[in-house]
Amino acid sequence: MAIGVASGLQDKPWTDPSARPYVRIEGLSKSFGDVAAVTGVDLDIFRGEFFALLGASGCGKTTLLRMLAGFEEPSSGKIYIDGVDMAGIPPHRRPVNMMFQSYALFPHMTVAQNVAFGLQQERLPRREVADRVRQMLDLVQIGGLARRKPDQLSGGQRQRVALARSLAKRPKLVLLDEPLGALDRKLREQTQFELVNIQEKLETTFVVVTHDQEEAMTMASRICVMNAGMVEQVGTPHEIYEYPISRFVADFIGDANLFDGVVDATGTGSTRISSADVGDIVVEGGGAAAGAPVTVMVRPEKIQVLAPEAPDPGFNTGEGIVREIAYLGGMSVYHLELPSGKRIQLARANLMHTAETPIGWDDRVRFHWHPANGVPLLA
Amino acid sequence: MTGRKPWFALSLLVLGYLFLYSPIVSLVVYSFNESRLVTVWSGFSTRWYGALLQNHQLLGAAWLSVRVALMTATLSVVIGTLSAFALVRFGSFRGRTLFAGMTMAPLVMPDVITGLSLLLLFVAMEGVLGWPAGRGMTTIVIAHATFATAYVTVVVQSRLSQLDLSLEEAALDLGAPPWKVVAVITIPLIWPAMLAGWLLAFTLSFDDLVVASFTSGPGATTLPMEVFSSVRLGISPQINALATVFIVAVTAMVVLANQLTFRRRG
Amino acid sequence: MTSPRKPLDGFRDRLCRPAGLGRTVALLIPYGWLLLFFALPLLIVLKISFSESLLAIPPYSPLVEWVDDATLQIRLSLANFQQLLQDDLYVVAYLNSIKVAAVSTAVCLLLGYGMAYGIARSAARWRYLLLMLIVIPFWTSFLIRVYAMIGFLKDNGLVNNLLLGLGVIDQPLAIMHTAWAVYIGIVYSYLPFMVLPIYAALDRLDPSLLEAAGDLGARPWKAFLRVTLPLSMRGVIAGSLLVFIPAVGEFVIPELLGGLGTPMIGRVLWSDFFANRDWPVASAVAVAMLVLLVVPVMLFDRYGARSLRERR
Repeated sequence: MAIGVASGLQDKPWTDPSARPYVRIEGLSKSFGDVAAVTGVDLDIFRGEFFALLGASGCGKTTLLRMLAGFEEPSSGKIYIDGVDMAGIPPHRRPVNMMFQSYALFPHMTVAQNVAFGLQQERLPRREVADRVRQMLDLVQIGGLARRKPDQLSGGQRQRVALARSLAKRPKLVLLDEPLGALDRKLREQTQFELVNIQEKLETTFVVVTHDQEEAMTMASRICVMNAGMVEQVGTPHEIYEYPISRFVADFIGDANLFDGVVDATGTGSTRISSADVGDIVVEGGGAAAGAPVTVMVRPEKIQVLAPEAPDPGFNTGEGIVREIAYLGGMSVYHLELPSGKRIQLARANLMHTAETPIGWDDRVRFHWHPANGVPLLA
Repeated sequence: MTGRKPWFALSLLVLGYLFLYSPIVSLVVYSFNESRLVTVWSGFSTRWYGALLQNHQLLGAAWLSVRVALMTATLSVVIGTLSAFALVRFGSFRGRTLFAGMTMAPLVMPDVITGLSLLLLFVAMEGVLGWPAGRGMTTIVIAHATFATAYVTVVVQSRLSQLDLSLEEAALDLGAPPWKVVAVITIPLIWPAMLAGWLLAFTLSFDDLVVASFTSGPGATTLPMEVFSSVRLGISPQINALATVFIVAVTAMVVLANQLTFRRRG
Repeated sequence: MTSPRKPLDGFRDRLCRPAGLGRTVALLIPYGWLLLFFALPLLIVLKISFSESLLAIPPYSPLVEWVDDATLQIRLSLANFQQLLQDDLYVVAYLNSIKVAAVSTAVCLLLGYGMAYGIARSAARWRYLLLMLIVIPFWTSFLIRVYAMIGFLKDNGLVNNLLLGLGVIDQPLAIMHTAWAVYIGIVYSYLPFMVLPIYAALDRLDPSLLEAAGDLGARPWKAFLRVTLPLSMRGVIAGSLLVFIPAVGEFVIPELLGGLGTPMIGRVLWSDFFANRDWPVASAVAVAMLVLLVVPVMLFDRYGARSLRERR
């Protein structure tokens, strides 16, 4: 899994409590009739961020984006962009441009006319418009297609036109609705990095909506995981993956093994949890009251298989029978059945290309993981 | 497709086209007949076309029909496009069901009822308001626009409802105020439908006999009314010539329209 | 990815329901027009159908009258409707209109379905031309096509000359001014209205459905009955209504091609109005015709209007 290659920000403004957010969302809610699409969202987005709204279909991320663009009126709550309250400001007066999921290229205009459209609304001089259009088309590397009509372009080219058009006005905020959703896998991976490069070059603030967690992890400086109209967690890709704060986030991002248990004893810097599945589990950190229910999350690749050797002292250990083996090329994933009947996953990198695998079906294997790799989830 | 040659359908096809075209072809052929007796061939001649050009009554009626059709088509496109917007975009408003019903009902109203009811309206209005004073071109245009609008509405509505809403959102998002979005995005995109509606309205108006007969007054005789009264008296070679001009014009128009849409798509 | 969105929220509030004034004007123009020139005239027809005939201008009695200053008197006369029921002419004309329209629709359907099917299954390069040959009569003047039919059917017209020339008959067939001529004329005039919606339905049919039927063992005719026909039903209904409804009220064709033996209701209305100048009876005929058309019109509302929209 690719983690956080992108971060256009040298310092991390979200860690500085005195930093002024560029986009501030306060208590934002939106309901359609009696369906609540977005409920009580608070978010701060900083200048130059590549901010991803991540969630499954219907989680409210698109509605949130459309409220930023001004297409939906919030039922309650406030949106400030660069300190200005956006309430009552119609979409055509907002310093925000959007790249649509369907691209929404005007079919009766050429590529150049599409990109020029926003600039012409500002009544810029003709020469300046032409210059800026050329710049933008060069930026997205389709300078030669200026006179084509959208229906003469490939999917990838259309995506670039849509991007150029949304950047042309140098908006304070660029909103991207599933910007890579319509591209095939290979092109999508390549375009991810390009999008990040463009964003860093322009130093514009991007808010991108996606349902693809890898895409969000690759591109975003921070990710906001949404579920059922609410924010589950906001953090860097690393934080989201390594320290999810809820079962939902742990499950939604990557694969997770979840062990339910009860706090047994709290020591200094570590907590012991008793679990029906693997006995006692030790995790780092303290502060939880004894007897509190807790779930421990461990990522599959953080669990090591012990073939003959003994577990390291201080590690959490367990035992299970191999029920499934999924060979994925770079790695293999083993599904283990624990004595309690619970199934867990563990991943091993295939470091050598010899086909010989030390672990086979129905083998009984022992495994262990470092206490630092178990994340206690209270929710 | 699978299966054998559909002989049955093929023979119906041949029969159908023969049926559709042999009366038209014979009409065209006999328009070039020398003889006044329309059915006896006595040599090629274009004299009836010459006579047509001399027939001031017919030409006057044709000119009136052209003007009526132009006005009808334009008026219908304006009202029909507004109706289509109301139906597709305004969501629910008070009296929507009535409105939707009224926009479609003229499609299925027999001509005689449309004609009769509008005439009765004009007579009643004249009695109460003093307008329209007598009947003529104005009343024909109003009557024609009333049923032609329904066709325009259907055509424009279908295009408008297929339009991707995000195109207009994108224009708005790029800073165009709503009126401008309608002017530079929506209208250009539904323009082919508006043009098709205009042509349909023009044809319907130009072709109408029944409604015009009810709603016209003395001195306002449209081409179909003129043709109808002369056809009632029997076949006339001049009408053959006129019909030929008509058929050639329509064929040219259909071919041209198809070429245009074909090229645009290709 | 879209969140559940009701069609009337948010953005639509703004762009689709443009700020008060523009929207109101855009709605009021067509609404007002239709109320004034469509709904009101029908109410007037209804009103006059309950009036008494007068030798005056306008030639009907007022329905509502002020008697002695303050008494409003409403007089509903059912005489016109009684006349419709009692006078054979009207009853016969109504029944005949329905019969003519129904038979013509059936013939149109048979011929039109065959043609639409033939066009849909023809090679792509032919289909374009065949379709255009249907569209041209569709746009050509109705009156002129009826006129062409006169030249085709009359005693010394094309059909009779051909049959005489071939020696099939030795006396010209008297087709003109008979019910035959009316049937032929209606089928001829309305055939394109049947072919186009059926073709549209057949054209949308996925050919792999027929392949699947064949693959599952259905013979071609069985595949046609079980797959093609049901899936083109919408086009069949739309086409039938597009022929039946106007054919019931048809005036031009019975007037020019038919004779005295083929009374049709549109023609009766016309002569009541223009020849007899009996506006109340003409109005009553119109009201009765509308009542007659209620069921087919409701069907049209369900199937026809949609298919008409899809066709263009």
